[in-house]
Amino acid sequence: MSRAVLGRTIALAALGLAALFPLVVTSATWQNTAILMLMVAQMGVAWNILGGYAGQVSLGHAAFFGTGAYVSTLLALRFGLTPWAGMFAGAGVAAALSLVIGWPCFRLKGHYFAMATIAVGEIVQAVVNGWDLLGGAVGLSLPLHPTGFWPMVFNRSKLPYHYIALGLLLFTLLVNWLVTRSHVGYYLRAIKDEPDAARSLGVSLTRYKLYAIALSSGLAAMGGTLYAQKELLIDPGSTLSTGLSIKMSLVAIMGGVGTLTGPVIGAVLLTAIEEASRMGFGGTGRGTDMVVYGLLIVLIAVYQPSGVLGWIKQRFPASAPAAPPAPASPVEGAAP
Amino acid sequence: MLLLQTILSGVLIGLVYALVAVGLTLIFGVMDIVNFAHGEFLMLGMYSSFWGFALWKLDPLFTLPFTALLLFGVGAALYRVVIRRITDAPMLSQIFTTFGLMILFRGLAQYFWSPDFRSIDQSVLTGKVAFAGLQFGLPQVVAAGGAVATTGAVWWFLRFTRLGAALEATAADKEAAALMGIDAQKMFALAWGLGAACAGVAGALLSTTFPIFPEVGANFILFAFVLVALGGFGSVAGAFWAGILIGVVEVVGGYLWDPAYKLVLVLSLYLLVVWLRPQGLMGKA
Repeated sequence: MSRAVLGRTIALAALGLAALFPLVVTSATWQNTAILMLMVAQMGVAWNILGGYAGQVSLGHAAFFGTGAYVSTLLALRFGLTPWAGMFAGAGVAAALSLVIGWPCFRLKGHYFAMATIAVGEIVQAVVNGWDLLGGAVGLSLPLHPTGFWPMVFNRSKLPYHYIALGLLLFTLLVNWLVTRSHVGYYLRAIKDEPDAARSLGVSLTRYKLYAIALSSGLAAMGGTLYAQKELLIDPGSTLSTGLSIKMSLVAIMGGVGTLTGPVIGAVLLTAIEEASRMGFGGTGRGTDMVVYGLLIVLIAVYQPSGVLGWIKQRFPASAPAAPPAPASPVEGAAP
Repeated sequence: MLLLQTILSGVLIGLVYALVAVGLTLIFGVMDIVNFAHGEFLMLGMYSSFWGFALWKLDPLFTLPFTALLLFGVGAALYRVVIRRITDAPMLSQIFTTFGLMILFRGLAQYFWSPDFRSIDQSVLTGKVAFAGLQFGLPQVVAAGGAVATTGAVWWFLRFTRLGAALEATAADKEAAALMGIDAQKMFALAWGLGAACAGVAGALLSTTFPIFPEVGANFILFAFVLVALGGFGSVAGAFWAGILIGVVEVVGGYLWDPAYKLVLVLSLYLLVVWLRPQGLMGKA
């Protein structure tokens, strides 16, 4: 069995597992963990468009996630707009915001860009914290609706949230895959690996980076809307924190940065580890979960910066020569 | 008069910010690595002072040299054990290594010392200093003075000693410095030791006026980033002047506008500067 076929088989099996999981496992805790995995995976895949493919490490992406959560919630509260439409409105606002932020910040490179995005994220959080229209530090809560499709509220069972999260993840993966297939994807990779060569060939670096940040932040915002609907309560601490920005990038790095399915693998692993260490040690309030989490990040960053997919590629090198497009590209080889 | 008082208060706290940033800029200048765990060095400096006081009734001012040495050891050891392995790694793994260290240190502090807020309630430094009709707390004045002295010592070390020159040479050109017989590994360890010691001294100086808790570094690391970027990456003098500027902007902004938006003001100023002048106020292009 060739590697591509094997990869596709595993991906299909994972999809089947994700679809059947809440039907088989009825424990509320496990169902919730599964939804969390899907949502974190979706964020990671969205982040990966900018941070992975374009190589612009954003540590302020929670600003866009939070924008999605706040826009759809405000529209629902003020105008009774269904979150299904609010989700796209939030994505639009986040994409517009990202262009405003990206245009000046893309003048910065590497560490400088990463640090500027932290600043942007912190500014957005501090502004929302002090903004009464948005509920300030207390946040906004959605009105108590009876269960229904249009208000996207499901009180009796968590199943609908699971399938919405799965659907959103698949949609985000599809957008990601289309990007890698289009000329934009090739340009982005060129910008990441050989910015000077790309520029000398007439690729407008800023223009393609702006495409990437708009897509990436719009998709992250859609995840924000889903979060708001699932929790029915949003505040700056849970939707705009730098910790959340870090998590988005961390899952991509754990799984394999710049690969299609890497963030999904990273999200499953990270969420499992987080939940396990929280259940195992978290109750003691002694920070053991933070020790485990921190140690893990350091170990991965030092010893396995190419993530799980990178490890698999090193461990089991493809026996046959890779498919015609350059074997150096991780997307073609590892992604199913 | 009140405005002048406010401005000078800003200068006092800004000088301490500057000392934190000097350590960060030193590490960045020599190694091109941003140390996200830098605030945790400050936190360790605070706890070192706290335990000296809680266990043996020693004043933070007396234990300061010990705190500096201890943090120098922590920084140098951290380089030997962890950072050495990522010197040439991609930026992403560098960012996440120091970021993971930040979380790890906070977790360890919480594990060993609990998340409680601690404070040093008795210190030889209490009371006020009156000067030409203005009044300042003695601890703040001493902290600012200690910060200036330490920053000056680092600047002097880099400028006028052979070891300091070797460090600067490594920062300027690693390969050329190695050809001149300078051991880069030693210089990197020295940079991490000195950087950590600066943050540790700042923590000791702040320990009598600030609450001490595992995540206290978070309050300072953002400001240190701003100072380093404003002053120009790697520039000690730049970090110093940027510290004074940011201290004044923070305190006066909080006084004239709304204390809740102090951070927004400082970070916006930072974004404006990196946008207009990415190399910082005193950095080389």
